[in-house]
Amino acid sequence: MATILHAKGLNKSFGAVTAANDINVAVEQDSVVGLIGSNGAGKTTFINMVTGYLKPTTGSIHFEGRDITSLKPRQITQLGICRSFQIPQLYNTMTVAENLMVGVGIVASSGARWAKSNRLDVAPEQAVEAMLEQFGLGDYRNRQSGLLPEGTRKLLDIAMAMVVRPRILLLDEPTSGVSADEKFVLMDRVMAAVREGKVTVLFVEHDMEVVERYTHRILAFYEGRIIADGEPAKVLDDVEVRKYVIGEAH
Amino acid sequence: MKLDRTSIAIVVITVALLAAAPALPRWAMSLLNVSLCYGTVVLGMMLLMRTGLVSFGHGLYYCLGAYAAGTVDQMLKIPDMALMVLAGAAATGIVAAILGLLLARYRDIFFAMLSLAFSMILYGLLVKSSALGSTDGFNISAKSIFGIAVVDNAHRYATFGITVVLTMLSAFLLNRYLRSHRGRLAEAIRDNELRVEYMGASVRTTIHLHYVISAVLAGIGGALMAINIGHIDPEMTYWPQSGEFVFIAILSGTGNVFAPIGGALVFETIRSFAYEYSPNTWQMVLGITMLIVMIFLPGGLWSLLQRRKPA
Ligand SMILES: Nc1ncnc2c1ncn2[C@@H]1O[C@H](COP(=O)(O)OP(=O)(O)OP(=O)(O)O)[C@@H](O)[C@H]1O
Ligand SMILES: [Mg+2]
Repeated sequence: MATILHAKGLNKSFGAVTAANDINVAVEQDSVVGLIGSNGAGKTTFINMVTGYLKPTTGSIHFEGRDITSLKPRQITQLGICRSFQIPQLYNTMTVAENLMVGVGIVASSGARWAKSNRLDVAPEQAVEAMLEQFGLGDYRNRQSGLLPEGTRKLLDIAMAMVVRPRILLLDEPTSGVSADEKFVLMDRVMAAVREGKVTVLFVEHDMEVVERYTHRILAFYEGRIIADGEPAKVLDDVEVRKYVIGEAH
Repeated sequence: MKLDRTSIAIVVITVALLAAAPALPRWAMSLLNVSLCYGTVVLGMMLLMRTGLVSFGHGLYYCLGAYAAGTVDQMLKIPDMALMVLAGAAATGIVAAILGLLLARYRDIFFAMLSLAFSMILYGLLVKSSALGSTDGFNISAKSIFGIAVVDNAHRYATFGITVVLTMLSAFLLNRYLRSHRGRLAEAIRDNELRVEYMGASVRTTIHLHYVISAVLAGIGGALMAINIGHIDPEMTYWPQSGEFVFIAILSGTGNVFAPIGGALVFETIRSFAYEYSPNTWQMVLGITMLIVMIFLPGGLWSLLQRRKPA
């Protein structure tokens, strides 16, 4: 299968802290990749570098063969890489439907700089309806997003990343703050949407049950390095991973 | 084009005002004129506030618009109302496009104070330039509209007409804009700039655009005021004037384009009555009004009229 995202030799440090240490990853199109690692292992830093929030000190990131290392978050989004956040980033004074409409509106009025896959093929209102339906947010449509329960905020945050129709979706702890019995409901929804849109997914997750169920491949981070990379069963069985990742993440 | 309720109301009120003109007593017409001029400036403040920004120096564009109008009369000797307003809009648009390059990088108190600084620079320049009348300013008198000469009553109606039409047209266009995809970004930016960028839109470009639009609205308001009053001076860019715009904007609320216009009318009405009946304490009356509004109507006067949204 074709490589859609390629990170080569990424390094990033904050003072004495090394948050990324020679990260090399090639992600295949349509795959679902789990990122695991204890607190401070460098998972968010990796997502931040891919989406342009942080520039790596050295190394490069290629998306579909194109160097995106020096692009701004906005430009990277326009090419088709979008993300959710560890802490949901919503428009808190707006309703759920209005939150999504902002994204649909941006896509609807987007120019030629945007990737073709972003283009809207239905009326904006219909696009919002479809998103509400797909993410099971219909009942919340007119509720103010700032007042929603945490699990719903998480879901909306992911929907806001999906609304601009990405090719790659990066999710930072989609199930944190979500109750145990809702985790799988949330992930089922997200994965259904992802499959329908033919989106490649990378997601950070602390719950190994969730990781094992939904991924084709796992990257295990420790102190800014990738200590294991491969099929879920193999990685979760790795001695180092058991010691440094699973041991610490309860 | 399917019109929303606000657009229809704007059209109806415009027609009603123009039709009522001959029946309006002089004091009412001038109260309306001044309120509408202020209202146009505050429409611009409203757009900025929706975007999450407050300018303490919008007197800059109000004054610049007025002086551009004055220049058309004094220097070019073409005292045409339409041309004066056009000059006001153009001058403010150009200056805001340049200053916006810098201001669009700032937020909160920094944006507010930097705006104030620019307005005080203009004040300093005007006070120093004797060709423009220094602190006294100068008189201007419009004598035609679209090339048609107007005197006496015709002049009065023409002034009222252009003030009503341009204010209402500004409100109409701003209302359409706020309902557009790009216009909706205003509140999105106020709520969460990070998410706007991660949805692929440029925060800085949008703020820059909104800054220019708000400046042009202030410029139009200033030019109209110059035509109405027939006199301009540097006080128009002095800080209390800018403060007055902020005052009206907060009094009004940002819920609808009628808010700034209605708020300006309420403000002017209170001011003229308070000034007449208690000339020494009229500021106190305004202060108390503001206090009451802020405590009981945090969404401004507009929230009185707003129907509650279903939960
Ligand atoms: N902007 C920053 N400034 C300084 N240090 C940072 C910054 N961002 C991350 N770090 C540091 O880099 C290291 C990796 O952080 P990162 O957020 O990538 O971890 P993580 O794997 O996402 O952890 P968690 O599971 O807690 O979210 C940590 O030691 C963190 O303190
Ligand atoms: Mg993290």
